[in-house]
Amino acid sequence: MNLKILDKGALAPLVNALMADYQVVGPQAKGPTFAFEPIADPAQLRLDYNTTILPPKKVLQPPQERLATFTLPPRNRGGPEGGREPHVEPVIEARPMVLLGVHTCDLHAIRLLDNVLSRDYSDAHYLERRQQTVIVGLECLEPCDEHSFCKSMGTLTAHEGYDLHLTDLGPAYAMDVATEAGEELLSCYGDTREATDADIRCLNEVLSAKWPRFTYRLNFDAAELLALLSTAYDHPLWDELGERCLSCGSCTNVCPTCYCFDVLDEVNMALTEGERLRRWDSCQLDEFARVAGGENFREARSARQRHRFMRKGRYIYEKFGELGCVGCGRCIRTCVANISIVDGFNAIHGSA
Amino acid sequence: MATSTSARLSTSIYTPEMARLANVEQMTELEKLFTIGLTDGRNLGHAPGQFVMVSVLGVGEAPISVTSSPSRSNGAFELCVRRVGDVTNALHGMQPGNMVGIRGPFGHGFPIEKMRGKDVLFAPGGLGLAPLRSLINQVLDERGSFRRVIILYGAKRPAELLFRDELDEWVARDDVECHITVDRGDETWAGHVGVITTLFPLINVNPRNTVAVTCGPPIMYRFVLIELLGKGILETQIYLSLERRMKCGVGKCGHCQINNLYCCQEGPVFTYAQIKGVQEAL
Repeated sequence: MNLKILDKGALAPLVNALMADYQVVGPQAKGPTFAFEPIADPAQLRLDYNTTILPPKKVLQPPQERLATFTLPPRNRGGPEGGREPHVEPVIEARPMVLLGVHTCDLHAIRLLDNVLSRDYSDAHYLERRQQTVIVGLECLEPCDEHSFCKSMGTLTAHEGYDLHLTDLGPAYAMDVATEAGEELLSCYGDTREATDADIRCLNEVLSAKWPRFTYRLNFDAAELLALLSTAYDHPLWDELGERCLSCGSCTNVCPTCYCFDVLDEVNMALTEGERLRRWDSCQLDEFARVAGGENFREARSARQRHRFMRKGRYIYEKFGELGCVGCGRCIRTCVANISIVDGFNAIHGSA
Repeated sequence: MATSTSARLSTSIYTPEMARLANVEQMTELEKLFTIGLTDGRNLGHAPGQFVMVSVLGVGEAPISVTSSPSRSNGAFELCVRRVGDVTNALHGMQPGNMVGIRGPFGHGFPIEKMRGKDVLFAPGGLGLAPLRSLINQVLDERGSFRRVIILYGAKRPAELLFRDELDEWVARDDVECHITVDRGDETWAGHVGVITTLFPLINVNPRNTVAVTCGPPIMYRFVLIELLGKGILETQIYLSLERRMKCGVGKCGHCQINNLYCCQEGPVFTYAQIKGVQEAL
């Protein structure tokens, strides 16, 4: 750990300096809650935020992005093409960005996205954006609210997944410089000093004092999820959740590890050019697993809720070696039918 | 984001390569056969059972199994496409010379190397013949490497039978046992009438040395599997090709997931043993 100290008064000048060369995205107040948004004025930054509606994936894999642009010949659909050929050109939408104030649950989630989107076939659109992003983490010292269960999921702290990481020491931030990119950023823009023995004592106190403030909300060790869910395929919980679920897809939209997408084409009015777009999609929507011939492989809402729970607690682990849930609690907060993934896991455990 | 800048990439796994329709042939009321050439004349390089993502720019993209055999590539490949959704309807409106986008081939196809020296039993239903035809023709082009070749093909009506010329050839060959049935006959049809399972009593198989390959609508699998297992064929020796919605073909978009299996990567060809315990599979 390469520890620096950033006095709180030096934060606004740092953000200001960064804004000249980077898009700086951080938590801001949005109505009664918070959202990751581009910072136009350092005063907008709210590092005292509890949680955000959407996770920081919204800037790394945006709700909608262009994958390609294309041109169409005058009469592509039937008839001769008059010498002009359709043409397609890949597009990447990325720019240098500093993602500031990412809580530890979300750091774990970004690491999972990195893993998924670079495995086998790498997703250049995500990875290029990711490569141009410097991540500044923020240690959580208080629970967001009663819905978070990060302590149970082992995401209450993070040892990797950031370039710089802040811990609030009161008058100053302790700043862990974890990567070369973080170091470079600090050397160019930051006004920090070396940590003294007193700073380190203070950091130790702050970090050890935080743990008792968080409670375990799973009634069992998260490592047991895999075994628990592998025998829960026919559990009555799925029907119960299917009865309540409205298939709105909010749970997957707000999930920091949900990355599923739809791809669609949009063309201009002259039908001469267009864009291929990808948009967030949701396994909770009726048509998600329906093929063109009409067969729907997860037609029942109960099957779709089971799929979500299974992905978060089992399938993603089986394929990528880490759990698909980081315990941020967003899906619970947002669900209009009060479906709680942590209560669901506990119910399965209780009846096992 | 409105403020974002764009850069151009030389490659992306989601960018199709433009390819030209060399020939379009109406096969049935709903199905057309498209012969497609990549612009630089190279072969697609697919294995039987693999699929490509086909783009009609401005309309979208859909996964389609390659129906031609790699052994007959010669700089082009064939797709047998039923018009059933937006992309396939747009494709049906296209003419020779028009261009489509192609990505792939993707997925795991049929393991032909595990079939050499064995009896091979094909049981396609309806449009399920399209992916199986790729393997059937590869097997027939290397006929000496296999023992018996049995084809049991069923369609709903005579007018829905695909690849009529090839079916006639297979029936006429001495080294192929080919039986064809339709659910409902008509005045043009003098052959067998009944669902595909009614063909199974016509053949004897040597179960320990037979590999079975089947593809068709989900409802057909249940009945065909009963027949295949009833003949004593091992679960590990039964191959199926499954259809799923796909938006990427490369294990990212999530649509094709069958419980914990990605159809586009681990499939679309699975053994029955692989999917027997996977409840969303069929």
